[in-house]
Amino acid sequence: MPEGSEAATLPTLDPSDVVFDLERLSCFYGSFRAVREISLQVPRNRITALIGPSGCGKSTLLRSFNRMNDLVEGAHIEGSVRYHGVDLYADGIDPVEVRRRIGMVFQKPNPFPKSIYDNVAFGPRVAGYRGDMAELVERSLRRAALWDEVKDKLRDPGTALSGGQQQRLCIARAIAVEPDVILMDEPCSALDPIATLKIEELMHELKENYTIVIVTHNMQQAARASDLTAFLTMGEDRAGHLVEMAPTEQLFTRPANALTESYITGRFG
Amino acid sequence: MAVGVQVLPTREAVEARLRSGRADRLGALIQGLLLAALLIALGVLLVLLADVASRALPVFGERSAEFLSAPLSARPARAGIVQGLIGSLALMVFVVVLSLPLGIGAAVYLEEYARDTRATRLIRTNIRNLAGVPAIVYGLLGLALFVTLLGMGRTLVAGGLTLAVLVLPIVVITTSEALRAVPGSIREAAFGVGATRWETIRGHVLPYAAPGILTGTILSLGRAFGETAPLVMVGAVVGTFNGVDLGAMMTGSYTSLPTIVYNWSREPQDAFRALTSATIVVLLLVILLVNATAIFLRNRYDRRW
Amino acid sequence: MTTPLTSSDFQIAPQRRRREQLVHAAFLASAGLSIVISVAIVVALAGNAVSFLVNVDKSALFAGGWFPRRGLYDIPTIVAGTLVISVVAMLVATPLGLGAGIYLAEYASPRSRRILKPIVEILASIPSVVLGFFALTFISPRLIQPLTGAPLSNMASAGLAVGVLITPLVASVSEDAMHAVPGFLREAAYGLGARKRSTSLEIVFPAAISGIVAALLLAFSRAIGETMVVSIAAGGTGGSLFQLNPLEPGQTMTAAMTALAIGSDRVRGSALTFESLFFVGLLLFAATLILNVASEAFVRRVRSRY
Repeated sequence: MPEGSEAATLPTLDPSDVVFDLERLSCFYGSFRAVREISLQVPRNRITALIGPSGCGKSTLLRSFNRMNDLVEGAHIEGSVRYHGVDLYADGIDPVEVRRRIGMVFQKPNPFPKSIYDNVAFGPRVAGYRGDMAELVERSLRRAALWDEVKDKLRDPGTALSGGQQQRLCIARAIAVEPDVILMDEPCSALDPIATLKIEELMHELKENYTIVIVTHNMQQAARASDLTAFLTMGEDRAGHLVEMAPTEQLFTRPANALTESYITGRFG
Repeated sequence: MAVGVQVLPTREAVEARLRSGRADRLGALIQGLLLAALLIALGVLLVLLADVASRALPVFGERSAEFLSAPLSARPARAGIVQGLIGSLALMVFVVVLSLPLGIGAAVYLEEYARDTRATRLIRTNIRNLAGVPAIVYGLLGLALFVTLLGMGRTLVAGGLTLAVLVLPIVVITTSEALRAVPGSIREAAFGVGATRWETIRGHVLPYAAPGILTGTILSLGRAFGETAPLVMVGAVVGTFNGVDLGAMMTGSYTSLPTIVYNWSREPQDAFRALTSATIVVLLLVILLVNATAIFLRNRYDRRW
Repeated sequence: MTTPLTSSDFQIAPQRRRREQLVHAAFLASAGLSIVISVAIVVALAGNAVSFLVNVDKSALFAGGWFPRRGLYDIPTIVAGTLVISVVAMLVATPLGLGAGIYLAEYASPRSRRILKPIVEILASIPSVVLGFFALTFISPRLIQPLTGAPLSNMASAGLAVGVLITPLVASVSEDAMHAVPGFLREAAYGLGARKRSTSLEIVFPAAISGIVAALLLAFSRAIGETMVVSIAAGGTGGSLFQLNPLEPGQTMTAAMTALAIGSDRVRGSALTFESLFFVGLLLFAATLILNVASEAFVRRVRSRY
């Protein structure tokens, strides 16, 4: 039995607090298993970090939360992902509706080659939003801490912004569809330290209204910014599995698992 | 749409919303329209092929062999396309002998030797523009240069040279693409053991790019085979003439298969319509064979070593 | 004891070097040949074209009809014929070609693309004489004439056939343009909960627009340079009056040149009709050159973006 799969220690959560409930989730690309039997829970209005060495399936796991893996030919899962109790992979569940409620920010900022305004307005528009779009755009940009910097140039192309601003634009874009959860896949790895800090501050503000799950290979970032941390690693079969999950402070100061301790003290990964 | 803190969504509410995705009728319609566009284009191809084939049946049914071996004649019952077959083949020889070496040579120079200077960029742009010049303009070039200035007259030689010039830019472009597809590591490995540039090209780059170059040149030949306008400009006979001797055609009247199609299509009688269709069938078969060979080669050698 | 290295150890053998230089020169000459060809085209056209302009009675250039045998060389007639047919062709090729291209790029599964793309390539390889014949013997009598009562030779059927001819060009270039749009843009759109049609039409298509415009310009250039379809199916043999109605026969620049070349419009012993051929050729060359250069400019815009 791969080390740590059944013995993963998990924090106990109040059931009404649970947003995601994964039960023995395995993710496959064709016949290759990228993620093995992960069981964990994600609480609402908190920042949950997924850390671990590169290649251990953190991104794959994150993408299974909003069915982004569906876009890859041959991808499928075993086990279940429950969101507010609803099995996301059940028949009849529309992945498009899933993604409207569980948004995603990617590693490399990817604004559309459109104006800043149109970038933010795209999501709500295709979702059929009929309210005051200008107000929604402003509100989203404010919440992403970008409004003051762009309010006079909303018609400028989104690609003309700096890297950090582009990423905040992508966050504003994700917020505009009024999701419940924001997934972030290494959102700062392409940014300089100052931009990174701004995003981390932003995340702290955002968790008041959204549940955030972030994948990061930067341990210090996880330690700084998250409330809970889940540590994954790759087993002999090249599939990622959960080693330990705990409140961040506890995981980094008094890890329960020897492997966790090795990782956070830099002995591997 | 659910928002975080204030409202705790119930499982039923969330599930209802996640299942609510209404059948995306507009999306299905759009997808249908796009597919229809593709199918209409292909449908036209089918209608064309069916129409031509059905018109050609009388000719092939009654006198296939004679059709393929008889010369042109004003009498449809006696007319055949052998002069066009000979002419087209001879023209292709010109194209192969002239455009392939020159075209591949130019591409090798541009991709392997030339540095990125203004002159090189000018040559590249120039070749791209030449590839876009209408075929009939090449006919004018042939008329002014080969037929008139160099005094070759309206002979197959002039026609062959004209076609060779027309195909040249296309060969350069397809060969350049094939050469560009060769990974830099191949060249580096050869240089690394002390090979000169030419030795690298001859021993490593060209063999690697050979399938792509071959495919491109075969497709160019197919294109040249179907060209009519430039040949009409330089004097391919649009009418009838005597003689099935290749030597005579080199220095005298000649024609090509598509030129025969052009000529006969101007005759309204049903008998000529049938002849034209039969010629088209032969023409399409040749071109189909050429393209199929090229595609087969491309697929076969697409496995990279 | 090894002998110390000198610089002569790093010299290439003279025979090897000579071969290297010869080969280099041969390749350089091949490349330079393309410049020679371009210059030759311009000289060939310009020489006779200028002579024509000098010798022709200027009023003949705007005489209301193209009748070389009578010395009437109305340029607007043949330009109008070219434009009418090319516009009809673009009206056909743009929706069919773009529709096919978008479908192949965004909707077709890898398996169906493997079947459909070669078929499109086959359509692209049909010679224009075949389509000209098809226009005269099928499109006109079975489609155009029953619906409109037009004469057998008319610009509409020629235009439709040219449209079919250039549709594969539009389809394959626009498909390439859409393919070139990076995957991370599509991913961002799907991540926001957009459906495939919104993503394809509102994100990918606009991102590919430069390449698509280049495709359309290239197709238009091809349409105006098309000769055989219009010679066979558009009518205008023996001359034609200025005509904008596509349901009538008309004369294009290319068909006019063909008629002059095969002698049906030539006057024996008249240098002028011979020279008029080159004048029209020069006009055509200039027009297609401008369109191709414009198309290139749009392709460059695509490359600079990504």
